[in-house]
Formats: sequence, C-alpha cells, structure tokens
Amino acid sequence: MSLSRRTFFKAMGATAVALSVGKELKAGPEPEGEATEFNGMLYDMAMCRGCHGCEYDCAYAHELPEPDIPKEPPFRKTDETRNTVVNKYETSKGKVFVKTQCMHCNQPACDAACLTQAMHKTEEGPVIWREDKCMGCRYCMISCPFDIPKFEYKSTNPRIIKCDMCFTLQQQGEIPACAYNCPSGALMFGKRRELIAEARKRINDNPEKYVDHIYGEHEAGGTSWLYLSPVPFEELGFNTHIQTSSYPGLTKGFISSIAPVDILLPALLLGVYEATKTRTQTEEEE
Amino acid sequence: MNKLVQPLYLDNQENKTWKFILNELKPKGKIFSPFNIISFPVIVTGLIIMYIRFTQGIGSVTNLSQDIPWGLWIGFDVVTGVAFAGGAYVLVFMVNILNLKQYKPILRVTVLNGFLAYLFYSGALLLDLGRPLKIVNVIIGNNFGVSSVLFLVGWHFLLYMLALLLEFSPAIAEWLNAKKLRKVLSGLTMGAVIFGITLSVLHQSGIGALYLMAKDKIHPLWYSEYLPLLFVVSSIFAGISLVIMEGSISQRVFAHQLDKDSHKTHDNILVGLAKICAAGMFAYLALLVIVFVHGKDWQYLSSPMGSWYLLEVIGFVLIPMGLFYYSYRRRKVGLIKMASIITLLGIMLNRMNISIICFKWDAAERYVPSWQEFVVTLTIIFIEIWVFRWIVRRMPVLRKSPEWVRGDH
Ligand code: SF4
Ligand code: SF4
Repeated sequence: MSLSRRTFFKAMGATAVALSVGKELKAGPEPEGEATEFNGMLYDMAMCRGCHGCEYDCAYAHELPEPDIPKEPPFRKTDETRNTVVNKYETSKGKVFVKTQCMHCNQPACDAACLTQAMHKTEEGPVIWREDKCMGCRYCMISCPFDIPKFEYKSTNPRIIKCDMCFTLQQQGEIPACAYNCPSGALMFGKRRELIAEARKRINDNPEKYVDHIYGEHEAGGTSWLYLSPVPFEELGFNTHIQTSSYPGLTKGFISSIAPVDILLPALLLGVYEATKTRTQTEEEE
Repeated sequence: MNKLVQPLYLDNQENKTWKFILNELKPKGKIFSPFNIISFPVIVTGLIIMYIRFTQGIGSVTNLSQDIPWGLWIGFDVVTGVAFAGGAYVLVFMVNILNLKQYKPILRVTVLNGFLAYLFYSGALLLDLGRPLKIVNVIIGNNFGVSSVLFLVGWHFLLYMLALLLEFSPAIAEWLNAKKLRKVLSGLTMGAVIFGITLSVLHQSGIGALYLMAKDKIHPLWYSEYLPLLFVVSSIFAGISLVIMEGSISQRVFAHQLDKDSHKTHDNILVGLAKICAAGMFAYLALLVIVFVHGKDWQYLSSPMGSWYLLEVIGFVLIPMGLFYYSYRRRKVGLIKMASIITLLGIMLNRMNISIICFKWDAAERYVPSWQEFVVTLTIIFIEIWVFRWIVRRMPVLRKSPEWVRGDH
C-alpha cells in the first residue's frame, strides 16, 4: 500500500491542467453586454385581445398537434403538445390575457443545468434544445425557474418541448411566427435593448394604461421576453418574488470550489496519512 | 482460425481457472430460503416493468409529470442511496488515512457494499433517462457541459466507482488465487483511496448542489445555499448507520464465515462507530441551526410544514444523536442498532423531503409514486443483495484472507 510521491504529484499536476482547461471551457453564454445584442420579444398585455391565433401559428411552425381550444377555454399550461398558451385573467381592470412561453433568459438556468449542452443559449438570443445531444435527464425541468421545459413521457425517444423563439426562422432572416401573425400587434420582435426602450416609452406616454414595470428586464437576471401589463403582475399569476440575479449564479460557488478541492484535498489526505503512519510506527518502536 | 482457439486449450492453467469460475457460478446455499421466495417474484415483476418502460416510455409505468420530473427513482435510489453508500469513504478514511486499524475487519464488506450500491444506482439512473443512449455524449466528451453541476456529479460518480472497484480488487485476486495480480492491485490501493475520498466529498456535496437552482421550488425550510455542505456532513452518519445495520445483519446471516472472537470485536467496532455518528450528527445539527438563523425562517415554523421540519430535525436527528451518545457511553449495542435505524429513516426523510415531498410543496397536484416505481426500486435492491451474497459466499470479504496473503502486508 504505497504510492510513490512522484507519481502522485504527477497525477495531481495532470488534474490541475485538466481542470484549468475545463475552466476556460466553462465560459457559457455571457450576460448581455456591448458586444452581443440578444433578440427579444415585447409582449404588451394591454393590447392582446386573446384570439389564441399565436397558439395555432406556433403549433404549425413547430409541427406540433393543432390546438383544440374551446370557446371559453379553462386555465391551461404549456405541455408536451404546445409551446405556448394564452390564458384569461379577471383583474381589477377587467379581463387581461397572458401568453406563456419560454422567457429565453439572458443566463438561462436550463443551459447551465444541461450536462450535454443540449439546452443552449444562442448568440442571437433564443434558447434552443438540440435533439442529438439530449439524454433526457430532465435536470433542465428541475432548474428552470419558470417551469418551461416539458417532456414527452409517453414516448420511447422522448423530446424536450419548449419555445425556441422560432430559431430556424430567425436564421432565415424571418421573425417568430407568433409575432408575424399577431393581428392586434401585441407582440413585437426586435433587439432586446430597443424593446426595453420602446416599453419605457409606452409606459411614459400612457402612465395610466400601464403599471410601471417591465417584467423580464431584471427578472432572473434579465430575459429576452419582456412583458408590459395594465395591472400589477401579481394579479396575473406572475412570480414576482423571483430573484433579479441569474439562476446559474446560485451554483457558481459550488462549481468554482470543485477544482481547488480536487487538488488540495488529496494533498491534505496524503499529509495526514504520512503523519499517522509515522505515529504508529514510532509507537511500535517504543 | 484454429490458431486463435488453440491457446485456450493448451494453457492448462487458464483452463483450470475457467473451470474454477464455472464452478463458482453455481449457486451455493439453499435455493428456497425465505429471502429467495420473497425476492424472486418481485425481481421478475420488476424486470417486466423495466421492459415496458423501454418499449412504451417512462410515463407508462411512473407517475412523473411535467411538474414533478424527478420521482422515486431519483429521489430514493440515487439521492438517498448515495448518502447511504457514504460509509465506504468514511471507513476508508478512518482505516487507510487515519490508520485506525480496529475498523479493518469491516472495511472490505463496506467497500463492496459501496461499490455495488453505486453500480446499481447508476442502473437506476439509466432507467430514468429518457434517452439513455445519449449518455455517451457525456462520457466520450463530444459535449461537455462543464458548467453543469450534474455533469460534474456524474463524472465524480463514475470515477469513484472505479476507485471503489480498485479498493476491492485485492479480494477478487485472492479469490482467483492470482498472487501476482494481487500485488499489483494492492499497490494501487493507496492512490484509489486518496482520490476515492476526494471524489466522494465532491459528489456527496454535488447531489445537494443539484438542487441549488430549484430555489423557488423547494420549501424555504429545506432550501439553503448550504445544501452541498449539509449533504456531505449528513452522508457521514448516514453511511456509518448503514454500516452498523448492515453489519449486524451480515453477522447473523454469514455467521459461519466468522471466527469466534469476531463477535466481540464487532461490538467494539459498533461502539466506536456510534461515537462517530453522534459527533457527525452534532456537527450537522449545529450547521442546521446556523443555516436556520441565517435564513430567518421563523415564520414558517408555525405552519404544518414547520411541524414536519421539526419532526425531521428533532425526531430523526436530535433523538438518534442522543441515543448514539448514550449507548456509546454505556456500551449498549442493541441501542446503537436502534439509533442507526432511526438515523437511516431520518436521512431518507430528509432526502425525500428535498427531492419529492417539499419540492413544489404548494402545487395543487401531488406526486405519489406508482406501484411500478416501488417494485422497480425493490427489484434493484434485491438484485443488489443477490450479487452481494454471491460475492460474500465466494470471496474473502467477511472471512479472513487466504494464508498466502498474510505475510504480504
Ligand atoms: S425560461 Fe426556463 S427554459 Fe426558458 S430560457 Fe429561461 S431557464 Fe431556460
Ligand atoms: S433533459 Fe436534455 S436538455 Fe434537459 S438537461 Fe437533460 S440532457 Fe439537457
């Protein structure tokens, strides 16, 4: 039971190199800065009339089953058959419609969670899911603060279903299907920074029409999807307690402590081993 | 063609080895023991359920939903199971690093248990993966999600399994009478020990770190940024408690493998382990108090969830801690075993609380595992026990190593 010290330190050195390389790779999607400008979507709930048209367009664009929406639809959630739903809320200012879909966070929890990089924040802004990489662990579902990724439990080769902001259409220079078709102009596609400016302007021009808050500007560290509302967001079932720093930040401390522990703990253990060994040996000699 | 086959027949030594292995494959011991009669039908049912899972999807046999993506198979088999398997690294640390030789008699069996536990948990994990074949992406490295906690846990998990196998491998060599091989393998043990402990500390805490991003989903009494630390510390006494319980069972079932004074040494070992458990639980409680005060969660204590939390902390940590301490002072072996059972239940409660019960505690729909999920979990445990028994009956795990090893230390 002995390990020559030289081989040991060699092994340690190799680990250190591997880990420092790992560190460089770790650089995931950067928070929005000067260099990158994410695309985004401004959704104005004061303008949405609840026609559910976007639900049909989305299903069509993503080859999902055609939605079957009754005249007075009950409250619905997104699931493995639909990327988006529009729900009606009775509020202090009458009925308000809320469209739900992936928020396309600036620093997405799902991307940080995914161990195969199947969930991926693109440079353009959309967060996409890549079928050829995903192993179906569902850790993205555990981590997403908005509960967005859905899983095909009934399939033998299940997919994760969620809005991808029509990434393929964007690649072809088009805009997302929902925004393209929206008849009331409630959805506006553009650069996130410009959309925030536009939202600000709408609030300033019509202070009695909107609450003074852009949901998504700071939530979860900022999201590409931005919401304007005529009533306080609490009334519409939004999670208003959500933290304003990014979710991947919650694991940063742990992840950055791994490399030091991987290197220092073995050295410490070896030291203790040597110490106790000599002790017992001296005891034996006495 | 002929040339390829020939060596097998020519090499007499090899031929003997094969005969030996074939012979060893046959069952030893009674076939119709009560344990076999119970476990066999469960295993058959479990295998059928696994078949259905792979032909009709995970949803066909589980109650998982879009709201609860991780159920019993992760919450119990993996999250709880890994804590239970913590005994291996703690004992290895005590015997090989701290040089506490008195615990040596139970080292091998603990390492074997740890290894099998990990082997079967990763099996459970594969069952739970929707697209298990894609796991190669993570292993061969064409897609390293290095900022993913799960990725790091997975790799530490995998490497640790290797370390455990290496630590156990001298026993395999002794069984095969492979003297040279044993020498080589035991030369590697120290390296495996050191890296094994490191890998354990990291993946035990990593399991806790998995839940860090689920901040809004886990009840605030259970969620804290110190989850990783709490998970490592609790894995110490969880693992030791399992060693105590499992050791007591093995002492009876495999009594014929042990010599006379091993009973007395075993009692001494248990008393020593009780002390470690008490100390570990004390540290854990102190941490819990710090976390609690730091989080200012007073207002939750009066809610039903608060009572549930207090039940876990007082009933399943504080009380068994007292029991361990008392029974260690008074050398009450029976009480030690009881304390270990309460502790194990407490760890189960804690891990299930975080992964299932208090995960989306306020959701309208509650997740209750399907009977198939239970059967598959039992199946995994039973197969593990079968394999464990098979090995213990053949290799020098509980009984002493063969003569030729002894001078070799
Ligand atoms: S909302 Fe959820 S799924 Fe969408 S980008 Fe953010 S973390 Fe990912
Ligand atoms: S289910 Fe797929 S996309 Fe989600 S974290 Fe796991 S591998 Fe990544």
